[in-house]
Amino acid sequence: MKPSVAGWLFVGPALAVIAVFFFLPVLAAFAISLTDFDIYALADLSNLRFVGFQNYADLLQRPLFWQALRNTLYFVLVGAPLSVMVSLAAALLLNGQMVRFKGFFRTVLFAPVVTTVVAVAVIWRYLLHTRYGLINYGLDWSGLPIVDWLGDPRFSMPSIILFAVWKNFGYNMIILLAGLQAISVDLYEAARIDGANARQRFFHVTLPSLVPSLFLVGVLTMAAYFQLFAEPYVMTQGGPIQSTLSIIYLMYEEGFKWWSLGSASAVAFILFLFMIVAAIGQLVVMRRYGSGV
Amino acid sequence: MSSLTLRNIHKNFGNTAVLSGIDLDVADGEFAVIVGPSGCGKSTLLRTIAGLEDLDEGTVTIGESDVTNLPPSKRGIAMVFQSYALYPHMTVYENMSFGMKIAGSSAEEIDRAVRTAAETLGLTALLDRKPKELSGGERQRAAIGRATVRRPSIFLFDEPLSNLDASLRVKMRHEFVRLHETLETTMIYVTHDQVEAMTLADRIVVLRDGRIEQTGSPHELYTYPANRFVAGFIGSPAMNFLAGSVVETRLAQTIVRLASGTTIQVKVGSGELSPDSPVTLGIRPEHLTTGGDHNLVETEIKFVEPLGSHSYVYLETLDADEPLIFRASGDFRGAKGDKLAVGISANNCHLFGEDGKVL
Ligand SMILES: Nc1ncnc2c1ncn2[C@@H]1O[C@H](COP(=O)(O)OP(=O)(O)OP(=O)(O)O)[C@@H](O)[C@H]1O
Ligand SMILES: [Mg+2]
Repeated sequence: MKPSVAGWLFVGPALAVIAVFFFLPVLAAFAISLTDFDIYALADLSNLRFVGFQNYADLLQRPLFWQALRNTLYFVLVGAPLSVMVSLAAALLLNGQMVRFKGFFRTVLFAPVVTTVVAVAVIWRYLLHTRYGLINYGLDWSGLPIVDWLGDPRFSMPSIILFAVWKNFGYNMIILLAGLQAISVDLYEAARIDGANARQRFFHVTLPSLVPSLFLVGVLTMAAYFQLFAEPYVMTQGGPIQSTLSIIYLMYEEGFKWWSLGSASAVAFILFLFMIVAAIGQLVVMRRYGSGV
Repeated sequence: MSSLTLRNIHKNFGNTAVLSGIDLDVADGEFAVIVGPSGCGKSTLLRTIAGLEDLDEGTVTIGESDVTNLPPSKRGIAMVFQSYALYPHMTVYENMSFGMKIAGSSAEEIDRAVRTAAETLGLTALLDRKPKELSGGERQRAAIGRATVRRPSIFLFDEPLSNLDASLRVKMRHEFVRLHETLETTMIYVTHDQVEAMTLADRIVVLRDGRIEQTGSPHELYTYPANRFVAGFIGSPAMNFLAGSVVETRLAQTIVRLASGTTIQVKVGSGELSPDSPVTLGIRPEHLTTGGDHNLVETEIKFVEPLGSHSYVYLETLDADEPLIFRASGDFRGAKGDKLAVGISANNCHLFGEDGKVL
């Protein structure tokens, strides 16, 4: 057998899975987004009509779509970097030489990742409750004004971000911790002999060595944060006044509340394009800055 | 350029004492090699001098100033690590200039220092490369380059050659000698390879279990080892040891009876030792002879290692636990199983007492 044939045989199963579970759905979604697939078409496929880019044109006309896009970008651009920074800070703390009970803290900080969103979201709703919540109780106790966390459109998205960061930072923390542990101690000692203080050692040794891990974590987090859905679904139902309505939430409402599957597919496809652009953008940055590592 | 003085250095990791009372003086411009078996505390001692380890007790003085409590960057030292520890994301130029940049030197000053150092080490063509684009030997030189840019008063090297292949190691050894001649700076070099120690050092420091066993020039250590450990450690192949006991002792002469009953006359005084005291007789492979008629040890050839210019012959005998090694001429024609009586040169024997100290 020629080596190239053997090669194709080896990657064959993986390629098949990717084709069936990735390319096919994407193509199907694109096809459906060009039709007016709705509850009538579900009942009888002869009601299906090809409408070209009408769904896209309609969406771009709707203020609600732009609102959802803004909310999602808000969540991604604030939440993802914040999440990575919290993960990095936690990883740095856990990697410190003086820290005891590392295994215990690692487990505790990772625990939120493996809990169910819906279950912990309910707990967070209690914590954030205006009158009985622990957080407002704390604010009140220290003499600060209390906040209507989930009811005030100014605070609803920050509350969701806070919750999402708490829920997710442990995952990236583990990846970054592995990255930190891979940095040779000699490099820090060489930097000490070169006269670098702790801050300079962080910026000239730790951070550059961590670039590959940070980009991996960045891409994964961004992709995950674009798909914001469960948090607002459980905590705010997209409210108040659509302040936590995300793209996926809009898609869900279009598709499974109003059964406009054509329009919902158009939403999904637009989100897909956004994520592709974001991923390519990160790849370009990574090529430029990550090449030396 | 500076001298180095260590006084009563103690260092423990938890309950294990790694350095126990090190006293050492290295003169200005001297090339000192610290040598010893793995785990004896060589790296720890070097890191103590660099300021990377806190001391439990003792003082470190560089030149005239007590640096015991100074951070590494203020001690005027530079260190080359076994792993080289080049910053992987920086080019050779950036690696070399990092320390000066941190210190706030001007760009021209940095450029001049880096280019001068690069010139000396033949690094000029490699300045724009990153460490991963360099061969092992080139990385080694880049690491030395980074150290020279600091213009240290003392260079510290921790097994700098151990990651290189044998032929490159020999070549780099010459480069170290040349570098020392060019810079005339005090150098402290750690290795577990006694050949490196012999070829590089003005002075060798033999370390064992956190204590200095002996210091001296390579020749001194080879010719007058202070104890059995140094005798066995310095020299390759190692010195032969034969267990025996004193029969009779005169002013500068001792008669030793070996296990088989053979008696050997040795031109070494053994002082107050009374007859029957156990001693160990040490003799180097090149001081065994054939064709003599006294001081003979009966042996049988185990195998012959011909190296062209000479051969090493491994000899089994009742008088020693390990086979004796005999350095024969290149045309030695013995074969496995042959009987051979080797003579022990009376002028070149070493006698060690029960405590391992030389008599
Ligand atoms: N950070 C540490 N914590 C505890 N023990 C240590 C530490 N560093 C070194 N040791 C111990 O101290 C002893 C001396 O170590 P050191 O690294 O100085 O040996 P070495 O002579 O350089 O050996 P090698 O030739 O293998 O490099 C060893 O027994 C080692 O296990
Ligand atoms: Mg070592």
